[in-house]
Amino acid sequence: MYRTRLLDHVILLIGVFIMVAPVVVAFMTSTHEAADIHRNGLSLTWGGYFTETYNTVLTRKGGFTGEITGARMIWNSLILGIGFAAGKIILSMLAAYAIVYFRFKLGTLFFWMIFTTLLLPLEVRILPSYEVMNKLSLTNTYTGLIVPLLASATGTFYFRQFFKSVPEELLEAARIDGAGPFKFFIDILVPLSRTMIAAIFIIMFVYGWNQYLWPTLMTTDERFFTLVRGIKQILLVWVGSNIPDYNEAFALAILAMLPPVMIVMIFQRWFIKGLTESDK
Amino acid sequence: MASIGIKDVSKIYNGGVTAVSSVSIDIADGEFIVLVGPSGCGKSTLLRMVAGLEAISEGSVTIGDRVVNEVDPADRDIAMVFQNYALYPHMSVYENLAYGLKNRRTPKAEIDARVAEAARMLELQPYLERKPRALSGGQRQRVAMGRAIVRKPSAFLFDEPLSNLDAKLRVSMRGEIKRLQRRVGTTSIYVTHDQLEAMTLADRLVVLSGGKIEQIGRPLDVYHRPATTFVASFIGSPAMNLVTGELHGSKLALGPALIDLGATVPTQGAVTVGLRAEDLHIHDGTKGDLPFRIDYVEELGSQRLVHGVVGDQPLVAAIPSEIPLPETASLSIATAKLHFFDSKSGQRIDWVGEGAIAASIPAMEVAAS
Amino acid sequence: MKRVQFSSPYLPYLFIAPQMAIIFVFFYWPSVQAIQSSFYLEDPFGFGSTFVGLSNYSDALGSVQYQSIARFTLLFTVLVTFLSLGIGMLLAVKADAVLKGSSTYKTLLIWVYAIAPPVAGLMGMMFFDQHIGPLVKLAAFFGWDMKVGLNYNDTAIAMIIVSVWKQIPYNFIFILSGLQGIPVSIREAAAIDCRSGMRRFWTMTLPLLAPTAFFLLIINMTYSLFDTFGVIDVMVKDKAANNPITLVYKVYMDGFRGNDLGGSSAQSVILMIVVFVLTIFQFRFIERRVHYN
Repeated sequence: MYRTRLLDHVILLIGVFIMVAPVVVAFMTSTHEAADIHRNGLSLTWGGYFTETYNTVLTRKGGFTGEITGARMIWNSLILGIGFAAGKIILSMLAAYAIVYFRFKLGTLFFWMIFTTLLLPLEVRILPSYEVMNKLSLTNTYTGLIVPLLASATGTFYFRQFFKSVPEELLEAARIDGAGPFKFFIDILVPLSRTMIAAIFIIMFVYGWNQYLWPTLMTTDERFFTLVRGIKQILLVWVGSNIPDYNEAFALAILAMLPPVMIVMIFQRWFIKGLTESDK
Repeated sequence: MASIGIKDVSKIYNGGVTAVSSVSIDIADGEFIVLVGPSGCGKSTLLRMVAGLEAISEGSVTIGDRVVNEVDPADRDIAMVFQNYALYPHMSVYENLAYGLKNRRTPKAEIDARVAEAARMLELQPYLERKPRALSGGQRQRVAMGRAIVRKPSAFLFDEPLSNLDAKLRVSMRGEIKRLQRRVGTTSIYVTHDQLEAMTLADRLVVLSGGKIEQIGRPLDVYHRPATTFVASFIGSPAMNLVTGELHGSKLALGPALIDLGATVPTQGAVTVGLRAEDLHIHDGTKGDLPFRIDYVEELGSQRLVHGVVGDQPLVAAIPSEIPLPETASLSIATAKLHFFDSKSGQRIDWVGEGAIAASIPAMEVAAS
Repeated sequence: MKRVQFSSPYLPYLFIAPQMAIIFVFFYWPSVQAIQSSFYLEDPFGFGSTFVGLSNYSDALGSVQYQSIARFTLLFTVLVTFLSLGIGMLLAVKADAVLKGSSTYKTLLIWVYAIAPPVAGLMGMMFFDQHIGPLVKLAAFFGWDMKVGLNYNDTAIAMIIVSVWKQIPYNFIFILSGLQGIPVSIREAAAIDCRSGMRRFWTMTLPLLAPTAFFLLIINMTYSLFDTFGVIDVMVKDKAANNPITLVYKVYMDGFRGNDLGGSSAQSVILMIVVFVLTIFQFRFIERRVHYN
C-alpha cells in the first residue's frame, strides 16, 4: 500500500503549479517596468527593476490626497493584524476562563449570547454596524478599525475548547497547593496555553491583516488605509491612466500577501493545529 | 499528623443520584486506610469530599479536631496524589514540588530544604531541573508523591495513584508508598479498585459497594471473614466460590453430596456457601466429599487453577502444581473453612464450626468510638 | 463544565465583562437595528422614517433583479463549494499517499490560504486582463474571446476561478489532517481486506472523512456567500450593472451606494436567516462529530 505511483506526483505537481505559479508570476512581473509589461505581458523572468519599483511603492506619496505611502499602509495593516490578534486573545481567554472555570448564575446565558455571535457574520450587518460606529464617532480611528471585529466569539470558542481539555486534576492539584483564581490563571493556565495562544495569534493575525470589507467602510481617511483596503484604490487609479502601472499593482499585491504568507509558512505546524483543532 | 473522622457522610447529586450514602469511618493518627471497591462504588467521591474538591451533602468530615466541611481544600492541610499525577507540565520538577509551598509564602530557604529532603527520599535529585514530560511513568509518580511530602500535611490522599503504571512498576511503587508512609507516619487514605493493592497496603480496608460500606477491617480479617457475599467475591484471587447449598440440621447438601458439619448453623434450608479455591483439596476418584467434573485447567506456575462443576455449579480449586490431576476427581474441604451467607441478603452467618479459625482472629469490628 | 469550579460573587463577571461589552455594542445593537430598520422606509433626505411593515421584504424578494442575483449567488456558491472541495480533496488524498516530499507539497499547497480575497481578486484581474492576461490569451488560443469585466459570463467564470483558487488550501488542510487522523491500524486492516486502492478510498476513507467533508461543505458555503466579497468587489470594479454580483454585494451596494437603508436591512435579515440555518446545521453536526471521535 505504500507504493508511490508516478501519477500521484504528477497530480500534486500540477496542483502546486496552479497554486504557486500565479504568485511567482506576480512577483517576477513586479520587477519589470510598466511599459515593458504593457508590451510583453506577464513575465516569468527577473526584470531587474525590483529596487526601483518597491522603493516607489513604499515611499511615494499617492492616493487621491497624496498623503499615503505603501510603508504607511503596511504600518496600518500591522496595527490591525497585531491589535486584532492580541485583543482577541486577551478578551477570549478571560471570557473562556470565566465560562469554564467558574460557576455563576448568568454563565449559561452569557455563553449562549456569545455563541450567537457565531451565527451572524459581519457581512450581514454592515450597514447598521457602520451607523453605530458613526454614532460613537469611531470612523477613521484605529479603535473603530479593530474593536468591532472583536465582537465575534471564535476565539472564545477556541479557548473554551482548549480549557475543557486541560485535565481537571490540574485545577484540583493547584487548589490543594493553595492557588486562587488569579494565581491559577497566571501560573498554570496561561503557560499551559502557550502553543494555543501562538496558534490563535497566527490565525487571527492573518484574519486581521486580510480584513477588507470593514476597513473599507470604516476608513475614508487615507491615513488609516491598510494595504488590503488600499487594493481597490490602486486599481481605480490604475484603470484611469494611459499605461497602467502593472508593476506597482503587482508589487503592492506582493507586499500585501507577504507577511501573512510568511507567517503561515514559517509557523505552519502551529497554524494547522490552530485551524483544525478548533473547528473554525 | 491528625486523625480523620468521617461521620454519616453522604453525597447526593443534583439529579437525586446518591453516590455515597451515610458512610462513617474513624481513622486513627498515622493509619493507612484503603478504600476499595469496583468502579462507581463511590470511593473516589468519598476521598474527594475529604479533600474538599466535592461538596459534602450530608454528615461531617473532621481532620484533627476541626470540622472541615466548609474549609477550602488549600486550608485543609491535606495533600493529594492523583491518578494521572496532575503535574504542572510547564514547570520543572523543582517548581512542581515548590509551588504549593510558594503559595503558602514559605521562606525560600525552607522550600529548598524541604524539596531537597523529599528529592533525596524519592531519589529525584538528578531530575529536579527536568520537565515532567522528560520523566518516565515511575518518576512522574514519585514527583507526585514528592509534591505531597514537601507540604508535611496532616494527611495524604491517594486517588488510584498506581493505575497508570505497568504491572511490574506497580508492585515496586506499592512497596515504596508503604515504606514512605511508615517513615513519615502521615495519616493516609488510599483509593483503589485493585484488591491486591488494597490488601498489601492497608492497615485497615474499607470495602465499598454502591456507595455503602460493606466491611471495614484489617486485610486478613476481611479475607478470612468476609461480611457479605460481595466482599467474599471481591477480596481474594481467584474469587471465592459461591454456591448454593441446603442446610438440614447439621448436614449440608451441596450438589449431590451431603457433608456433615458436626454442628448446626443458625439457619436452615437454602444458604449460600463460600469456599475459597485454595481451601479445596483434590482427590482421585471418590475419596473426597464432592464429585468434581473438571472442565479446564489454568497453569499459574506455582499453582494451578482447576475449573469444573460440582453438580451443576461451577467451582474453582487452586492446587499445588506438583499434584497430578486424577482422571475422575473429587473435592474435599475442612468444614471449619466453610463460609455461610444468607441466600437473600448475602450477609455472613457466623456459626460455631468456624470457631477454630475465628478464635485466632481478634475482634474485627472497629471500636465504636 | 468542570467537576470543580471556582465560586466567586464577582470575578467571573469581571472576566467576561470586556467580551460582553463589545458583543453588546458591536453585535447586538447593530443586529437589532438591522432588524428594526428593515421594517422602515428611510426618507432619502434624512427626514425621519416611516413604518412600512414587510414591504421592504416583498420589494426585495419580488424584484426581478434580486431574483436573478439570488440565482447567480446560488450557482456561484454551489460551483465554488464543490470545485474547491473536490480539488482540495484530490490533492489531500494524493499528498497523503506519497511518502517522499509530502511535507514540501503541503507547504506549497497551503500558502495561498494567507492571501486576502481582494488581493486574490487583484491578481485575478491581472491574469484575466484584456491586454496582458495570460489566461485571456489561453482562452483566445481556443477561439474564446474572453472579456472579463465586460461580459457577464466571462466575469462570472473568472470570479469563480479566483474564488476556488483561494479556497483550495483551506479544504486541503482539513482533509489532509482528517486523513492523517485515521488510525494506522484501520488503514492496515483495510489494506489487508481490500486490494483495490480505488475501492478502499470509496468504502473506507471517504466514509471516515464524511464528518470533515460535511463540516467543510458548510464552511465553503459561508465562504462563497460572504468571504468572496473582496474578490467580487475588486473584479467588478464598481461597475455592478452588467456584471454578476452576489447577495452580500447587493446589500452593500444598496446600503452604501444607494442609501436604501430599509431595503438593505431587509436583505441583511434575509441573509441572516440563510446563515442562521446553515450554522444551526453545522453545530448540530459538530455535536454529532464529537461522538465519532
